[in-house]
Formats: sequence, C-alpha cells, structure tokens
Amino acid sequence: MRKVGFNNKLLPYLLIGPQIAITLVFFYWPASQAIWQSFLIQDAFGTTTEFVWFENYQVLFKDASYFNALIVTLVFSSAVAALSLGIALLLAVQADKQIRGSGPYKTLLMWPYAVAPAIAGVLWLFLFQPSLGVLAKLLRDFGVDWNPLLNGKHAMILVIIAATWKQISYNFLFFLAGLQSIPKSLIEAAAIDGASPMRRFWTVIFPLLSPTAFFLLVVNVVYVFFDTFGIIDSVTHGGPAKATETLVFKVFQDGRLGGDLGGSAAQSVILMFMVIALTAVQFKYIERKVHY
Amino acid sequence: MRIESKHVLAALAAAAFSGSGAALAQVELHWWHAMTGANNEVINKLAADFNAAQKDYKVTATFKGSYPDTMNAGIAAFRAGNAPHIMQVFEVGTATMMAARGAVKPVQDLMKEAGEKFDPNAYLPAIAGYYSTSKGEMLSFPFNSSSAVMWINKDAFKKANLDASKPPKTWPEVFDAAKKLKAAGYATCGFSNAWATWLNIEQFNAWHNQSIGTKANGLDGFDTVFNFNNALQIKHVENLAQLQKDKTYDYSGRTNTGEGRFTSGECPIFLTSSAFFGTVKANAKFEFAAAPMPYYPEAAGAPQNSIIGGASLWVMGGKKVEEYKGVAKFFTFLSDTDRQVGLHVASGYLPITKAAYEKVKGQGFYKDNPDRETPLLELNNKPPTENSRGLRFGNLVQIRDMWSEELEAAFNGSKTAKAAIDSAVERGNAELRKFERTVR
Repeated sequence: MRKVGFNNKLLPYLLIGPQIAITLVFFYWPASQAIWQSFLIQDAFGTTTEFVWFENYQVLFKDASYFNALIVTLVFSSAVAALSLGIALLLAVQADKQIRGSGPYKTLLMWPYAVAPAIAGVLWLFLFQPSLGVLAKLLRDFGVDWNPLLNGKHAMILVIIAATWKQISYNFLFFLAGLQSIPKSLIEAAAIDGASPMRRFWTVIFPLLSPTAFFLLVVNVVYVFFDTFGIIDSVTHGGPAKATETLVFKVFQDGRLGGDLGGSAAQSVILMFMVIALTAVQFKYIERKVHY
Repeated sequence: MRIESKHVLAALAAAAFSGSGAALAQVELHWWHAMTGANNEVINKLAADFNAAQKDYKVTATFKGSYPDTMNAGIAAFRAGNAPHIMQVFEVGTATMMAARGAVKPVQDLMKEAGEKFDPNAYLPAIAGYYSTSKGEMLSFPFNSSSAVMWINKDAFKKANLDASKPPKTWPEVFDAAKKLKAAGYATCGFSNAWATWLNIEQFNAWHNQSIGTKANGLDGFDTVFNFNNALQIKHVENLAQLQKDKTYDYSGRTNTGEGRFTSGECPIFLTSSAFFGTVKANAKFEFAAAPMPYYPEAAGAPQNSIIGGASLWVMGGKKVEEYKGVAKFFTFLSDTDRQVGLHVASGYLPITKAAYEKVKGQGFYKDNPDRETPLLELNNKPPTENSRGLRFGNLVQIRDMWSEELEAAFNGSKTAKAAIDSAVERGNAELRKFERTVR
C-alpha cells in the first residue's frame, strides 16, 4: 500500500490547529483552572485566598454525604442510561417500520430534545406535584400515597423520569438514522432464510446497530453525569434528605449556590477523572464487541 | 391620593426631560435585582421616577433571576471587575456580603461621604438592626422586608365550626384546629408552612426567645456556634413529625413553591412570609386573614418578637466618587416618607422608616387592613433580645439546605427529631468554621 503523506511539513498542523485551539480554550483551560482552584480555600468574592494543597479533597473523603452522592449517582445514571437507550431503541425500531403517518410520529418523538433541562424538570414537577399534578392525582386515586417531597424513592423516580424523557429523543434520532442505514437486502435475506422478526433483530439488526449503540452509551453516560443538575435543581433540589443529590448536583450546589469554589472544584476534578476512566473502560472493553 | 398625583407629575417630568436628557452627560448607575411579577414593576417604576426627578444620574434596573442567581451574578461580576453599583441581596446572604470587606461599601460611609442627610435612627430598629454591625453601623440599605405570619382560610374555619375571628394563638391550639379542619374535609393538609427552616428554626427560636447560635446569633462575630438543639425545638419537630403521619401537618418543601397549597384552598392554615399578601389577595377565592405566628405557652416569655426576611441593597466597592454620590441620592429618594408609604401600601412589604409606619397608621390604613399590620406588630412585640435581634451566619445558603435535609429526615421518619436537630447543629457548625476561615 502506498503511504499518503503531506509534502508540506506545516500544513497538517495548520489543518488541525483550529480544533486544537478550541480544545485548549474550552477544555484544557477550564479543566486546569478547576484543578488549581481545588487547591485553594477562597471566600466567594475572591478577596482572600489560601493555598491548602489537598485539604478540599480530604474534607470530601471524610464526608459521608459525598459517598451518599456517589451511590445516588450510580443508581440515577444506570437507570437513566438504561431506560433512555432501551425505550429509544424500541421506539426507533417501531418508527422504522412501514406505517402510515410515520413522519409526524418521528417529528413528535424528536421534539422533547429541544426543551431545556430545567423546563423539562418543571414540566414533570407540575404533572407529579402532589396537590396539583394530574398524574399525582391519578396515582392517589389508585391508592398510592405519592409524596416526592418526603419520600426519597418517589423523588428519585420523578427525576429519573424527567431525565429519561429528555434524552429519549436524542437517542431515538440516532437509532433511527442507524436503522435506516442498514441495507434492506440483508434483512430480507434473513427473512427468506426463515429467521423470525426477533431473531432478525438480534442477529442482523442489532449487531449492525452496535456502533450507534456504543456511541450513544458514551454520550448518555456523559449526559447523566454532567448535564442533569438543571433537572434535579428544579424538581427536588437534591432532596428529600439528599435522596436525589448526585455528584454533579453537589458540585453545582456547593459551588454556585454556596460559593464554596474550592470544595466544588475538588469535586468536579474527581468527577472529571471518573468520567475519563469510565469512557476509557468503555472504549477498551465494550468497543471490542462493536462491529463497524 | 397625594401619592398618585406625585406619580403623574413624575411622568410629566419624564416626558419633559426625555428630549434634552440624552444630550447631557449622565452618570449611569446599575441596579441588579431579583424581583418578579408585580414587584418587578415596582422596581422599574422607582428607577423611572428617580430618573425623571433629576437629570444628573440615571438608574438602570436589571432583573438577574432568583435571589441566589442575582447574588452569584454580582459576585461573578465583581471577580471580573465590573460589578453593578447596587445589588439586591437576600437576608441569607448578609454575612457573606458583610465579610467581603473591600468588595462592598457600607451604606453609612457612603451617605456620609456623599454629604447626604442620613439618620440610622429614622429606620425601624427591627429592620435596620438586621443589616447593621453590632456597633450599630448600617452596612446595607433595607429594601424589601417582611416577616413570618400564619395565614388562615376563614371559610374553612367556618366549615369546621371554628371561630374564624379568633385564630389559634398557641401551637397546641393550631394542632387541634388542624385536626378539626382535617375532619371537615381538608384531608391532605391540616396545616403547613413554606420556607422550612426560616419558619421552623429561625423564626421559631426568635419568637420563643431561644438562641439559634452564640454571639447574639452571629451578629457579634463570625466565631458563632449553633446551639438551637434545645428541648423546645426538638419537641416542635417531634410534634410536626408525628402530625405528618396522618397529614394533619403536611410538609410543603424548602422554599415557597408550596404556597399555592394555601391559595388553592388545600391547606387552610399556612405559615409563610407576610409578603405573600399580594398573591393571596389576587388568587384566593375565600376570606383570609394573617394571624401572628403561634407559640408554645410553656416557653417563658413567649411570644418574644419575630425577625425579618426579605432583601437589602448593597453598594459595591471600587466605584467612582461621582457614582457613589448618585447612589446616595437614590437612597435618600427611596427613604422619602411618602414614597415608603406608597411602596408599603402597594407591595405588601414593610415600611422601613418609622415616619412611614406612623403615617400609614395615622391614615387609618391598618383599621381597614389589620392583616397588613400583623408582621409589624410581631416585629415590635417586645424589645429584641440577643436571641431575637436577627441572625448572621456565613454560608447560610448551604446551611439552610442541610437543615432542610435534617427536617425532611425527621418528617419522613428516617431519623428521630432529636437526632435530626443534633445533626443539623453539628453539620451547620462545620460549615460555620469553614466560612470563618475564609474571612480571616
């Protein structure tokens, strides 16, 4: 095979330059700022600063509520990722069939993605508001004492529903595109060979969809870890009694609402390394099973 | 009447100046605030009236979101070197602002340097005291103040055969009334409250003359220590937790998002801010009244006096002398008795000067609107003690969340009242020590 190369030594650097610049400005610069800030104890206005090495981290690891947030995050993230991927896949497979009016159906399914997280939260909050919400009233009529203000499980269910609902559209869009790129001839061949719809899905469609599914898994994990504090802030505020306080909400609460920038920065540094590790693991082990 | 004619004059003046105003070099003053709805219009009108009344300065009012959002926006702007001149900060943020020496300009100094007439004694002590140092130096300008009251649904009282003209005075009477209301059809909520910690911890202890923290609840120093895990506090939380089981009491969340449960008619007794008045008046389809907060009769000397909530205006540091002069003029403009009277009557917030209070009283306003005087009577019920002058704790935003978490744990039965309150004190103290380190 002939090796393709650039004659000009400078050109390749110029071509990747803009991308590098963007990554530096929008990722490395804030990330390094967070690391630096995590070594400081500062008042909210930044008028007094004390360099404290790892004290912010030590405080975190001694704090039982930090581990509580870790467990809450694991429950919340796995539920949201599993539900939003599963439901979106189901909807996409159904929408990909030859049905009347699939156009509007698809459009409607994509719509929720345009809704801001906080608004999605408020929407669900209204539906499930114990005294005014339509769905809450329905639950109560069925004899469920629905009370997300005091019942931690109810609050968790509420934020999971809101966060999942928000993400389904995005996943749906990608799954649908993935499904449409699968050659119909492959599926027809399998059908002629006598494979049942179920078998066709698992042996032909799903493996061919695996690059999309893998991409979505990574994106969804990043979404639940970083992008859901708006929903939690507007729906439960982390309560009751920390039942829905995830790691990223704690970062938001301590840093932005509480003005404790050092502690908040330490948390976001830990979170950053966690997600980097998680993504690395995904690429190392799950990607092997992906067929491109 | 007189107020209205003044507004007309102001509007005419605005029209007259609008032609020539642009040509003059005006000093721009930025005012960031967190007022929504009707109160947002009050702010815009104040700015417009001030701009129309003189031509050297121009106040631009900007809405910056919720109270925490506004404060954070101001802090971020300060760090970036372009803070507004005036920032509205809720009472919870007072300690944080106070500790930020250099970032803020004490109002008393501002007025003195600008040569504006300023007498700290002209302001209601229960309000001004909250925003002053222990030496009486006023740091921020009181703007919208309120206190906590007990709102009652009179129609519901009648339905339950309770005397609506005699609202329950003590907590045991409230519990009894709530049980009767529950039996009369208010099955999901006999009584409730907004602002979980403000009502159940902060106001509760001041009203019973019990200390929340040492050093006069933090007013005398940042080395204050929480000590509100007293027997009465534990008993109160125990009672609420017990009543929560059958919804005689029903928890309504940490902030005021649950207030709709009163106006919708769901909760016939509801404790929250006196500033809730405007919303109640606009939305409640029943007769209502604002009664004083209940107390426990066994507590010696109760009721003491209530404390305020609301927000004050902080002047940010590092601005030009000319600009400070304008801010001082604006504060003088706000303190004007007639203007205060108008604000109080229209908005439901409390008057901040003694003169304005006396004037409204003299006009017989409270005879027709007794609900509007309830918070003032509570504030002035007795001369304030160390436990009831106010409170000033750093990181109170986070601390309130911790306290709410503990209250929620007590109300849903996962902790005993004593364990929850002890833990609230302990966790709050850790936060206070963290704050103390940053202010040294």
